[in-house]
Amino acid sequence: MSENIQIVKNATCTFCGCVCDDMELTVDLDQKKITKAKNACVLGRAWFAEHGVSEGPAAAIDGREVPIEEAVEEAARVLARARFPITYGLSDTTCEAQRQAVAISDIIQGNVDTTTSVCHGPSGIAFQGVGESTMTLGEVKNRADFVMYWGGNPAESHPRHFTRYAVTPKGMYIPNGKKDRTVVLVDVRKTPSTPVADIFLLVKPGRDFELLWALRALVKGRRINPGIEAITGVSLETLTDLVERMKNCRYGVLFFGMGLTMTRGRHFNSGALLALATDLNEYTHFVAKPVRGHGNVTGADNVVSWQTGFPFGVNFSRGYPRFNPGEFTTVDTLSRGEADAALIVASDPASNFPRAATEHLRRIPVVTLDTKQTETTNLSHVVFTTATYGINTAGTVYRMDDVPITLRKAFDSPYPTDEEILTAIRKRVHELVLARRGATGARGEAKVAQRQPV
Amino acid sequence: MTSRLRIVNGKVHDPANGIDGAVRDICIEDGRIVESVPEDTLHIDAAGMVVMPGGIDIHCHIAGPKVNLARKLQPEDHRRDPHPGTAFTRSGTGGTVPSTFATGYRYATLGYTTAMEAAVTPIGARHTLEELHDTPVIDKGFYVLLGNNIFLHRLLKEGRYEEFRQAVAWWLNSTKAYTTKLVNPGGDEPWKGRRNANVSDINEKSDVFDISPRQIIEAFVRTAAELRLPHPPHIHCNNLGHSGNYRTTLETMRTAGDQRLHIAHIQFHSYGGVPGKNPESRAAEIAEYINSHPNITCDVGQVMFGKSTIMTADAPLAYMLRGISKNKWVNADTECESGCGIVPFSYQEHVFVHALQWAIGLELFLLSEDPWRIILSTDHPNGGSFMSYPKLIRLLMDREFRREETGKVNRKAMNKCRLMDLDREYTLNEIAIITRAGPARALGLAHKGHLGPGADADITIYEEQEDRELMFSAPRYLIKSGKTIIRDHEFMHDHTGRLLHVAPAYDEAIAGTVRTFFEDYYSIEFENYAVNDHYLHDHEIVPTS
Repeated sequence: MSENIQIVKNATCTFCGCVCDDMELTVDLDQKKITKAKNACVLGRAWFAEHGVSEGPAAAIDGREVPIEEAVEEAARVLARARFPITYGLSDTTCEAQRQAVAISDIIQGNVDTTTSVCHGPSGIAFQGVGESTMTLGEVKNRADFVMYWGGNPAESHPRHFTRYAVTPKGMYIPNGKKDRTVVLVDVRKTPSTPVADIFLLVKPGRDFELLWALRALVKGRRINPGIEAITGVSLETLTDLVERMKNCRYGVLFFGMGLTMTRGRHFNSGALLALATDLNEYTHFVAKPVRGHGNVTGADNVVSWQTGFPFGVNFSRGYPRFNPGEFTTVDTLSRGEADAALIVASDPASNFPRAATEHLRRIPVVTLDTKQTETTNLSHVVFTTATYGINTAGTVYRMDDVPITLRKAFDSPYPTDEEILTAIRKRVHELVLARRGATGARGEAKVAQRQPV
Repeated sequence: MTSRLRIVNGKVHDPANGIDGAVRDICIEDGRIVESVPEDTLHIDAAGMVVMPGGIDIHCHIAGPKVNLARKLQPEDHRRDPHPGTAFTRSGTGGTVPSTFATGYRYATLGYTTAMEAAVTPIGARHTLEELHDTPVIDKGFYVLLGNNIFLHRLLKEGRYEEFRQAVAWWLNSTKAYTTKLVNPGGDEPWKGRRNANVSDINEKSDVFDISPRQIIEAFVRTAAELRLPHPPHIHCNNLGHSGNYRTTLETMRTAGDQRLHIAHIQFHSYGGVPGKNPESRAAEIAEYINSHPNITCDVGQVMFGKSTIMTADAPLAYMLRGISKNKWVNADTECESGCGIVPFSYQEHVFVHALQWAIGLELFLLSEDPWRIILSTDHPNGGSFMSYPKLIRLLMDREFRREETGKVNRKAMNKCRLMDLDREYTLNEIAIITRAGPARALGLAHKGHLGPGADADITIYEEQEDRELMFSAPRYLIKSGKTIIRDHEFMHDHTGRLLHVAPAYDEAIAGTVRTFFEDYYSIEFENYAVNDHYLHDHEIVPTS
């Protein structure tokens, strides 16, 4: 370790949706690495330790190093001439970069989708049907005397969720921390999260919907057949007791994860849970929140929503945004072989998508922006190595509860940011598209504007 | 590079400068209106057209966390109303909560050049600023929600008024807001902490904080006056929507004494009758108070039939409306600061209450003796979309049309109010006041809402038409900051407007006092809370007077 050390306080870890902004980073400016991340959990420590300065060229075409301008030109050419270009990823970069990516998709009349479509997309769909009673995490800390986790394992996926936000902390009306709260976990198996719970419900795999619906019915005073135990694995007695606790708490919170969104029922599961939280407001104050995965997937949802009206799975082929999960979501546009070019930003679909999708990805020209070499960069036609958000660049991210936070830079990177590259691509595709249309005004007429004062 | 333009032969309506339809030249240079420009300056021939300052929406909900939740909530609303992109404008979707680009362009296509987002939580200010940056053409600002701020309540309860004032100034600076906003003051704590209860009496002291809504309102009125903010506290009174609430509204206005106060969407607060039963119109009593108290300004919050979206920081209200419409519902609590509720809604001609609400709004306009202080709004999108402003203008200007429309709505409601007896017609001058000059003055925007030298060159040119709805729905030209954005009804350029905000002076020491509370009860770091200047882009600090 050199002597050129800097401490960066109030830095933000963007590994998971907890987006903890109380990081104290010790930065070795000579070696360009973070040697210590105070307050980080095991995932955060890995995030900071593993993101030093990358190796490799800033830009490459077919694996061959090229000047950035040449790669931007090729990327723009490929995207502008495609007939069904798709943009995917976006959850691990700043909102400033996300805005450029949506702009590109709009200009080339392509498709834009984010990792939401393989994660809490079903919760987004359920939200559109049911709505959501929800809160920021500080309300949980200050008020929640009943906290329930359904279909998630925060101890491993969001290690500080219990300790920084929802279980351990003392709050304004929770002076004794965990002792003042009842913690309930529902899952198909025991996990490292289970010991935190006062009450654990082991539900049969694929039966979450039935269990949630039974809870809704009990909340509304309906009779439930004791046969519910054979169906769900949870007894009527346990359910009745649980409902009493829920109705009589002062402030109840329901967190939920992939155990609901990516199993039998999907958006019906999310919808049932959101409806349950809504129903309980007849008795007390009750809220729910999907536990979001990547650091800025919530930002991606927000940006795509404010710019298009829809949160993910958006298509611009007709010159305006349309939304249709299943048609415009990326696993689908790839698996059906519809995409003829792809822009992948801050994501590695080649390593985790279904085979039909990844095979098609190999058949089309792909432009990828990433901080590291991945399966996706390996198959890409144009690759940009970019700086890491929250480490080499500032920018805006949204925590899982929609709280916007500004990142701090720890050390400089020689690589450009996602925002810089995407801005350059956006400008160039706009020129190419205008040229193709004949450099004209809004509807193809001669550009009158050029003769007017600006 | 200086860019000049001259508008000739148009009939100018510039009430702030006493011009009511005279044919005058308007000269523009470098984004401002000037006395004169050289003879050979490019000109727009506005013969047969009406020239007004650009429209100003003093109260709408267009950007930020609450708005985006409402956007996400209603894909069906967007699907029906696509907004195609062009060579230089972005695409989007519409409905009652349009996407940001569509919002900006559509305001422009109505001839509006400034809009104020009416309710933003401090912790969400960054989000609002990002969305406003993606809202093209118009200049904009927002009001920051402070009326249910727990720390501020504590200071008041402890009698620490001086620190309260410093803290309010600190919050305005830290969020880049335009003024303070109060929504159902005192109502947040019962909602979140007392099993969805609410406050209903402005003298009622919360059992937690031992202060009443009245004390909160008084403190903000006093502070805004002492800080000399260009716009006073903007208040959504307690008891919105409840029968009999006009008494709360009168009491709230009386609380201000002779100090400035702005009452938001006052139509929703003008009901007589008994709580729990059908409302009655008290538009006359409310209008009478405002007419005789020059310190009060308000915007009407007119209901327009058709689809709307209820989105409000008055979370208990949204929940109550959800009970009526049985529709999807969003509630979002914001730690230590606020809350919000969202419910898709619609107003229907045949429904008694809706028809009465529509009538009460029109009564307020028609009984107003001072159009400078009873300002046009629909509380977009709560009372209806801003796209309905042209129809509202026609209702005010065209008594025949109004009579026809009255004939289509619930008869019983019409018999319960005075609307049918009111045959006043608004003049073009009065319309220019309630949509331009009035809001500019109420907001303290010295360079807007008029066409005198020094004003921002935000100008709308309408073709004069007998059908006022048609006339106001499609300006022939829109000039923003001296740039011709719309020419012959077509978009010529994209443009990013300015953020308008205030920066009242305060004692730095107050930050330390806020920090102590913050570190105990918020879930982010204090150093990450205030918004840095990176989010400002093109902006203007409007001075305290």
